[in-house]
Amino acid sequence: MRRYRWLAALPAIGLLGGIPFANRVHPYIAGMPFLLAWIVGWVIATSIIMALIYRLDSARDAAAAATVPPVDRPTA
Amino acid sequence: MTPALGVIIGVFVLVIGLGLAARRGHEMSLEQWSVGGRGFGTVFVFLLMAGEIYTTFTFLGGSGWAYGKGAPAFYILCYGAIAYSVSYFLLPIIWRFAQGRPLVSQADFFAVKYDSPTLGVVVAIVGVAALVPYLVLQLKGLGIIVSEASGGVVTQQVAIWTGSAALVVYVVVSGVRGSAWTSALKDVMILVVVVGIGVYLPMHYYGGYRAMFEAIETAKPGALTLPSSGMSSAWFVSTVLLTATGFYMWPQFFAGVFTARNENVFRKNAVILPLYQLIILFVFFVGFAAILVVPGLKGADADLSLLRIVERSFGSWTLGIIGAAGILTALVPGSMLLVTAGTILAKNVYRVITPTASDRTVSLVARSLVPLIALASVLLTLRGGTTLVVMLLMGYSLVTQLFPALILCLGENPRVSAASVIAGIVAGELTVVFLTVASATVATLLPAAPQMIKDLNVGFIALGVNAVVLFAVALVTRPATVAAA
Repeated sequence: MRRYRWLAALPAIGLLGGIPFANRVHPYIAGMPFLLAWIVGWVIATSIIMALIYRLDSARDAAAAATVPPVDRPTA
Repeated sequence: MTPALGVIIGVFVLVIGLGLAARRGHEMSLEQWSVGGRGFGTVFVFLLMAGEIYTTFTFLGGSGWAYGKGAPAFYILCYGAIAYSVSYFLLPIIWRFAQGRPLVSQADFFAVKYDSPTLGVVVAIVGVAALVPYLVLQLKGLGIIVSEASGGVVTQQVAIWTGSAALVVYVVVSGVRGSAWTSALKDVMILVVVVGIGVYLPMHYYGGYRAMFEAIETAKPGALTLPSSGMSSAWFVSTVLLTATGFYMWPQFFAGVFTARNENVFRKNAVILPLYQLIILFVFFVGFAAILVVPGLKGADADLSLLRIVERSFGSWTLGIIGAAGILTALVPGSMLLVTAGTILAKNVYRVITPTASDRTVSLVARSLVPLIALASVLLTLRGGTTLVVMLLMGYSLVTQLFPALILCLGENPRVSAASVIAGIVAGELTVVFLTVASATVATLLPAAPQMIKDLNVGFIALGVNAVVLFAVALVTRPATVAAA
């Protein structure tokens, strides 16, 4: 099971569901009005989340490759 | 000749040279020409995917929207992030299906998946109908940039004819390899130019970002948030959802998928691309900076805001470099659009009508079509006026109609029949054309609905019609089984 893959739904939830609540000017963050800062924050978070999923997937893929049944392994 | 024009001509020659050099060492079969022999690694696929993001629409239109509309422009940043997070899972599935099968286009994918060449023809026609307005928009942007940068010495007409002729030459010779190579030059230039002016202009005129936004909020209250009606939160969310849905339905993206060497390429890109598209943020900053520096650009003229503020702030040399970067945002996506349109018309329409045609003939037809498609686009560009934005929005709505067909065939076998998918697409497209011609919105169709419903993007209506027809026909027809690769 790769349940952590559901993390990929977070950007959509933050960017779509959060907009009506983030639609304001104050407080300013990093010089940007709040709505813009909210969106930029989620875009950065998207890259971080996808990087996390990529790492976890790569680790699982490597583990899966290492546990190939002995029968399939070439004999030395 | 102004220095700006000199710089632009220099870069222009460099692009054609690069485009032509990209062919070296490759025999140009259709598979090489359309999908680069399926041998591209992370960097090239990244450039092709990113090359499609930074078109003249983002360069001129992104700043123009920030300038003219304010906060609604932010939607351009949102849909990409969502589409990329989905791409991590979606693109490997499409890529894997293409392994061991001779797929070079989006129409190929659907035709084989549903075992129906007719569906391939339908998808091909939808694709070309959507690509042409997109290409027209690039040429229009090219014309604006060159005529602005040359101070009117070179007219838009001359720029559009010259640009298109150059495109045709390197596309016919090098195909998608030309697009990939010139993408590299384009992305480096755009990155430097956009980040450079996006940092410098707000500092120079306002002393910082916060000071700039506060000045805008004072001069134009409400510009930095979404209004309560019209381009409201409901409009924003529905538009992001619809554009994220349509994102990978563009035929040139499918071709981009087939160029990849392995599926890990897409996973890596899904990590990098959201961050990379933050360049658009700096385009917004330029548009915002222009609000109080070069006021008074109304309607379609808002698209000139970036060039006007640059013209006012820098010398001719800098204007030339920025103009050259802008031209690349028109030429590179334009080349990819031409390759895709030529490929689908030759492989998915001509091949189906003339089954006896050899691979060599199909490849020749694909390349011969390039000048014709370019010519048609040039003529449309020179004749069309303000209807361009309408055409692009229609193009987006057209390709979005392919979404249900894609979702329903991601499993091993399609869940519904080809007939039902064709019926759904045709019904959806007719609705799009009707809504566009009648310039209808949800508000005009349902005047009694609550404001939130009225502001929803009208594209959902066509998608709804599509889905209803699709499922109705699916109930009385049987799906096909896909032959093993």
